[in-house]
Amino acid sequence: MVDMASGSQTLLSIEQVEQRVQEQTRAKRARDRRAELIYPILASAVLLAIWEFGTRALHVPVYLLPPPSSILAATVENWQLLLRESWITAIEILAGYAVSILVGIPLALAIFQSPVFSKSVYPLLISSQAMPKVAVAPLFVVWFGFGLMPKVLIAFLIAFFPIVINTVMGLESIEREKIYLAQSMGLSSFDTFRLIRLPNALPSIFAGLKISITLAVVGAVVGEFVGGDGGLGYQLMVANGSMNTPLLFAGILALTVLGVLAFWMVEVVERLSMPHQEKASGSAGSP
Amino acid sequence: MPETPVYLEVDNLSKVYASEDGPVRALDRVSLKQQRGEFVSIVGPSGCGKSTLLMIAAGLASSSEGRVLVESKVVNAARTDLGMVFQSHVLLEWRTALENVMLQAVARKMDLKVAERRARELLAAVGLSGFENKYPRSLSGGMKQRVSICRALIHDPPHLLMDEPFGALDSLTRDQLVLDLQRICSERSTAVLFITHSIAEAVFLSDRIVVMTPRPGKIDRIIDISLPRPRTLAMRESPEFARYSREILEVFLARGVLKE
Repeated sequence: MVDMASGSQTLLSIEQVEQRVQEQTRAKRARDRRAELIYPILASAVLLAIWEFGTRALHVPVYLLPPPSSILAATVENWQLLLRESWITAIEILAGYAVSILVGIPLALAIFQSPVFSKSVYPLLISSQAMPKVAVAPLFVVWFGFGLMPKVLIAFLIAFFPIVINTVMGLESIEREKIYLAQSMGLSSFDTFRLIRLPNALPSIFAGLKISITLAVVGAVVGEFVGGDGGLGYQLMVANGSMNTPLLFAGILALTVLGVLAFWMVEVVERLSMPHQEKASGSAGSP
Repeated sequence: MPETPVYLEVDNLSKVYASEDGPVRALDRVSLKQQRGEFVSIVGPSGCGKSTLLMIAAGLASSSEGRVLVESKVVNAARTDLGMVFQSHVLLEWRTALENVMLQAVARKMDLKVAERRARELLAAVGLSGFENKYPRSLSGGMKQRVSICRALIHDPPHLLMDEPFGALDSLTRDQLVLDLQRICSERSTAVLFITHSIAEAVFLSDRIVVMTPRPGKIDRIIDISLPRPRTLAMRESPEFARYSREILEVFLARGVLKE
């Protein structure tokens, strides 16, 4: 990249060199950023093209695998239906997620604060995770019927655990020196928690929150599968029953968009509450 | 300075850790006194219990036997009349340099306006003007340690406890920080209890040096350093400086810490 010839003819001043290096670096960054955007788009376009022409060329029946164009057509045709059902599912996800936070965080605080509570509840909580929570879904239908309630509860049941675990881990994993420091400053234990422990735990808490939001989506859909009268999960079952595969794919598409939006929402909150972090680094929660 | 009052007294301090293989003696009947404004260094090999001694002196760890007194009062909880500097900077990543220094002021409910002015002065005094609003991740190791020293000094404590504060820094940064520390501490006559591996650092900074033996940690001898102040880097080449260094070295040779 460095132009040797021009350098040898006229001696550049250091300011000129500075400027050149700055410009080159800036140009390279812009190129990289463009590449980060363009390459995945290109790759998706190629995949979609193969899919489209592959299904047409091989005469794959639409009920088995519809080409992307008919999925798109189904999406456009049914946009009102999809939007309405998405709304129902979104409410279930958000409600389940909210309950997860409202139960998970206080539970984590109690586990952290009280050794007795921790010793009695923590092992129970962890061993309860061996149970496949999806299997409980039919029971919830028996108990709570077909309304909003069982979906919210299933979403909560699946989603709350990572919040508890990550919050407890975040609060417990702190350098001893930070606590020594707080003691030498005469900080009360409440202020130590507020000023040091909690902010110290935030990255871990958000890692949990991000895993949870993706699980809340799964929970809501499972709830609708088992006993629903609305929502995207229910719509998937209906489309499946009528062999309307393009609509099935359109539902999956809507669900994906919903999941990405929900995840992105948590990431925005994360970035707002931790402005010191350069960029939300790759956490375990990425979908 | 025999007339100045004793600030810190460590009286017959022992610390024993229970372990699977039986008890481990970390400190064995250590006694020492530190006066107001005095700079005392503790040098010794790794594992001689010097950090343990500092932690007990700060009231952050308990002793197995013996006591610590500050101005003749027995210490039985974490002391707050001091500033602490650890080997790692222990800055809070979510606070800027200035906010990290100000944490001390917030904790002690000082007048925040006055404290902020002092914090800026202190940061400037260690060459960090312009970095007040930077987060720790964009500061170098030396800069972070400087911030942590400012944090330990903003409330003008009578006593500063430092546990190998420059251990993780390169030698040029160490030299600068040692000079800064000497200046700042003599300006406000802060007593410093300073733990180090470095003989040169100890001789350069101290009024007295406590030389410890390898485990179990006992005091081998206490050496008065009567080099004039302020000390300059050139003094490190002087024969007196070499004599003090040699004296400490002899202890380590005699104790088998070093072998020639």
